[in-house]
Amino acid sequence: MAGTASLLQAEALCLRLGGRRVVNAVSLALHGGEWAVLVGPNGAGKSTLLQLLAGLREADSGTVDLAGRRLSHWPARERAQRLAWLSQQGEADGDIAAHDVVRLGRLPRHGLFGAPDADDEVAVAAAMAETACSEFAERRLNELSGGERQRVLLARALAVGSPVLLLDEPTTHLDAPHQRALLRSLAARARRGAAVLSVLHDVTLALAADRVLVMDQGRLVADGAPADATLRAALVTVFGASFSVECVSSPAGPRWVALPAL
Amino acid sequence: MNTAPSARTSPAAATTVAAMAAGRRRSPLALALGLGGLALLLALLGLAAGAQGWSLAWGDEADLITAIRAPRTLGALLAGALLGLSGAIAQGLFRNPLADPYLLGSAAGAGLGVVLVLAARGLLGASLGLAASGLLLRLGLVGAAFAGALFGMALTLVLARGAGRPMVLLLAGVVVGVLLTALSDLVILLSPEALRGKQVFLLGSTSFFGWPSVVALAAVLALALPLAVKLSRTLDALVLGEASAASLGLPLPRLRLALVALMALATGTAVAQAGLVAFVGLVAPPLGRRRGVARHGALLALSALAGGALLLAADIAARTVIAPQELPVGVLTAVFGGGYLLWLLRQRMGR
Repeated sequence: MAGTASLLQAEALCLRLGGRRVVNAVSLALHGGEWAVLVGPNGAGKSTLLQLLAGLREADSGTVDLAGRRLSHWPARERAQRLAWLSQQGEADGDIAAHDVVRLGRLPRHGLFGAPDADDEVAVAAAMAETACSEFAERRLNELSGGERQRVLLARALAVGSPVLLLDEPTTHLDAPHQRALLRSLAARARRGAAVLSVLHDVTLALAADRVLVMDQGRLVADGAPADATLRAALVTVFGASFSVECVSSPAGPRWVALPAL
Repeated sequence: MNTAPSARTSPAAATTVAAMAAGRRRSPLALALGLGGLALLLALLGLAAGAQGWSLAWGDEADLITAIRAPRTLGALLAGALLGLSGAIAQGLFRNPLADPYLLGSAAGAGLGVVLVLAARGLLGASLGLAASGLLLRLGLVGAAFAGALFGMALTLVLARGAGRPMVLLLAGVVVGVLLTALSDLVILLSPEALRGKQVFLLGSTSFFGWPSVVALAAVLALALPLAVKLSRTLDALVLGEASAASLGLPLPRLRLALVALMALATGTAVAQAGLVAFVGLVAPPLGRRRGVARHGALLALSALAGGALLLAADIAARTVIAPQELPVGVLTAVFGGGYLLWLLRQRMGR
C-alpha cells in the first residue's frame, strides 16, 4: 500500500492433506500498512493457508518469505517477534490466569529463560486495555465466557507487537461492540505500519477492510478492494449467491454490506 | 497408646485443608508456607513415630532416631517431592489432570528390572552367603529399578520418535507398559520365587530408606526441581495449544524432550528407592492448582512440596496404624489417591 517491500510473501503454496488439495498454488504478498481479510466458504483452506503463512505447517511446495527472508531460515524466536498468529478458539483451555496468558505474548521478546521487564508489562497492559479484558486479568481462562476468553487470546496476540499479524477468526464469540473495537484496533495497527491478515466469517465485517482475499477449494480466486466489482462478484459466487452485496451510504461515505438472500 | 496422638493429627490436617478451601485464591507463597509448615510438623511426627509408640526423648533413643527414623522421614519427604514434581510435569506436558509419571513406561520398566534381578538371585543365591546376598540384592534392586524406569521411558520415546506428538507419546507409553509387563510375567512364570519380592517392591515401601538413599534423592531433587522450574514457561505456553506455543518461537520438541528426561530422572530415582508408590504424582499437583496457582513455575515447586508432605503422612500412618507391624506405604497412598479420584469424578459429574 505504502509502496514498501512486502512483509510477507507467499509463492505457489501447495498442500495436500488426505489426498485433497487443501491449498492449491496460492501466491500473495502482504505489505506493511495493509489491513486485509481472508474469506471463503467452510473448508476452503483459509485456516490452513494462515498456518502455512505462519510457518506452523510445512507446504508440499512453494515458499513463504518474511521480510525478505525464507520463513524457515528465521530463528524461531526472531520469527515469533515479527509474526504473531492467533488460532481458532477451542484449543486454549486451562486454569492459567488471563494476565499470565497475555504475558505469554512477550515470550518471544524476553525468551524462555528471561523475565518480563517494564516494557513488557506496559505492552501487556496496553494489549489488555485494547481488547477490554483488564477487569478480569486475575480470572482463569477456563472460568471466562467464550467472548471474554477470545478477548484474552486476542490481547495475547496483540501483546507481541509484531509487524505481521495473522488472525484466525478473531471475532468469534465477540458481541457487536467488541467486534467493532477489535476491527478498529486492527485497522489502527495497520495504519501504524503493520500487515494484518485475518480470516473472517462475517462478510459485511470483511467488506470494511482495505483488501479482501477470496478463497475457494484451496485456490485464491479473487483479491482486491471491496470497491472492486469483480471482487464483489467473486465473493457472491463462492458463497453460492446466498447473499448479495449492496452499497449503502453512511456518514463515513459509501459502505458495502452483505444482504442475505431469502 | 498410639491411637490417641494419631487421632489428634488428623483433625489438625483436616483444619488445614478446610482453611485452604475457605481462601479460594491463595498466593503461591502463602500456600508454600502452609505446606512447608505441614511438612515440618509431619517431619517431627515422623521422627517420633516408632514401633513402640510415640516418643522424641533424646536419650536412649538418639541412635534409633538418627539411624532409622531420620533418614526414613527425610527419604519419604524427598521421594514424595520427586513424585509430585514428576506428576506436575506430566500433567502440564499432556494438558491432562489424569496424566501420571508412570504412564510413559517407567513403572513397567522398573518392574521388569526388579523381576530380572530377583530371578537372577534365585539362580545365584545358593552360591552366595545370606548376608552378602541381602546387601547385594538391595543395591541390585535399586539399580535395576532405576535402570528399568529409564529404559521404559527411553523405549517409549524411541517408539514415539521423540516427544513431538503428545498423543503418540501416550500411546507408545501404553504399548511399552503392556510389553514390559508381559515380559515380567514371563520371567515370573519361569522363576516363581521372584513374584513375592516383586510384589513387596512394587507395592511401594518407605521402610528401606537409609542415609545413602536420602543423599541420592536429595541430589536428584536439587538438580531436577530448578531445571524444571526454568523450563516451566513451556508448560504455561502449552495451555494455549501446540500450534500457539510453537508460534511463540518455542522449540517444542526439544523442550518436551528435556522435560520428559527430567520426569524420567525424578520418577526413576523415586521408584528405585521407594518402589511404585501409587498416586502421589497424580494427587499432588491438583492440590496446588485447585487453590488458584496456575503458573507452572510455582505449581511445580508446590507439587513437590505437596507430594513430599503426602508421602510422609502416608509413611507415618503406615508405621503407626497397625504398629508394631507396618503397612506398605503404597497401599495407603493408593487408598488416598483412589478416594481423591472418586471425589474428582463426583465433582465432574456434578457439573
